[in-house]
Amino acid sequence: MSTDFFAACAAAFRLIVEADAGLIAIVGLSLIVSVAAVLTATAIALPLGAVVALARFRGRHGAIVLLNALMGLPPVVVGLAVYLLLSRAGPLGAFGLLFTPGAMVFAQAILVVPIIAALARQTIADAWLEYEEQLRSLGAPPRLAVWTLLWDTRFSLLTAVLAGFGRAAAEVGAVMIVGGNIDGVTRVMTTAIALETSKGDLPLALGLGLVLVVLVLAVNAAAYSLKQAAHRRFG
Amino acid sequence: MRDRAPALLPLVLDRASVAVAGVPILDRISFTLEAGSRSVVLGANGAGKSVLLRLCHGLLAPTAGTVRWLGPHADDPGRSQAMVFQRPIMLRRSAIANVAYGLKLAGIAKAERLARAHAALARVGLAHLAERPARLLSGGEQQLAALARAWVLEPEVLFLDEPTASLDPAATRAVEAIVGAIHASGTKIVMTTHNLGQARRVADEILFLDRGRLIERAGVDRFFAGPATPEARAFIEGELP
Repeated sequence: MSTDFFAACAAAFRLIVEADAGLIAIVGLSLIVSVAAVLTATAIALPLGAVVALARFRGRHGAIVLLNALMGLPPVVVGLAVYLLLSRAGPLGAFGLLFTPGAMVFAQAILVVPIIAALARQTIADAWLEYEEQLRSLGAPPRLAVWTLLWDTRFSLLTAVLAGFGRAAAEVGAVMIVGGNIDGVTRVMTTAIALETSKGDLPLALGLGLVLVVLVLAVNAAAYSLKQAAHRRFG
Repeated sequence: MRDRAPALLPLVLDRASVAVAGVPILDRISFTLEAGSRSVVLGANGAGKSVLLRLCHGLLAPTAGTVRWLGPHADDPGRSQAMVFQRPIMLRRSAIANVAYGLKLAGIAKAERLARAHAALARVGLAHLAERPARLLSGGEQQLAALARAWVLEPEVLFLDEPTASLDPAATRAVEAIVGAIHASGTKIVMTTHNLGQARRVADEILFLDRGRLIERAGVDRFFAGPATPEARAFIEGELP
């Protein structure tokens, strides 16, 4: 048993070191899908977070609770919902997106929007609490005040975006359902790990798992050092 | 230095009150602030000094009564007044960028902004720290930067809310000297303090606030020689050595 494990580990290392073509293709698609999802989500989530943080409207408290709750949205449920939307009989069926990388980007973006929006809302709300009187005293019009808040909190906001990326890269439920784990088309790291493990191809599963863990670690390390550097530079 | 006709002043409060959740903070305050003198709002903690300043500056609206500027350009009161807070709020950028920020809002071109911001920083003695991140300056330096940020706007009225409350004596002296220089350049000073020595040093006239009510207003010498109200007398006599 344990010799199996070590043999699998050794094989996994060999796949990584030798830059195995199958492994590279899967890692590459994973990155493309998750980066595209996070960019899409950021474009929606930052303005959304800023509006919920700063605008005074009916149901604002409900919106905050909802955003925070949606951070824990189960990926399989999002996958199911997007599947129904994109399936041929669904409202967006005409686009023919189901079982394509586009569908995976769509599903992951939905997963990530609440994470980035909720973290951004907290960051912007805290900064506004501190800046409000000073900015109003200086006569900053609302649009410029919002821009000042976003600019001054840009490193915290980037951390929120990286948190979203970590979530997107690591989830399996949504991409499995809407992508279908088709070899060479929609197979990403997480779905490949699930499949190879059940097939018994442990070296590839382990190799992909290692890459994924290192990737998530690297993203978090980047987020942390970015915040530290920003704090040293700007206080 | 600068001699100009008032654009905003006088400022008239007529039975202005502020209540928060039904609790009165300021109770029917009436007074007129004219150009020229240094008016110091004196009173104990919780007397309503900060709220009064925010009301005058326009950060708060009265819940009853009125606050009105009567000068010829009273329709745009934001441009010609500034405020320095007890705790300076520095934006996450350099000291010079903080000072230039208000000029950007006033629509002044970048080169001129920077030149004027540099001059303002030099006047408060921070020229050598211009490029430093403002939030990494000491508390005293941050307050001087906040003064430069207000001064560079050449406001007609400058409100200062206990600007030295969290500063050491050296920084306090520096702030008081700069407030004097800003006044000498033609700006009306309205400042709060609970420090009697500071009130004596800075004020031309005292407005004494007690539990949300303006109960005494007098020239600084007359106020300290013989306060008219028992509350003001008790406040002066209660001073620690």
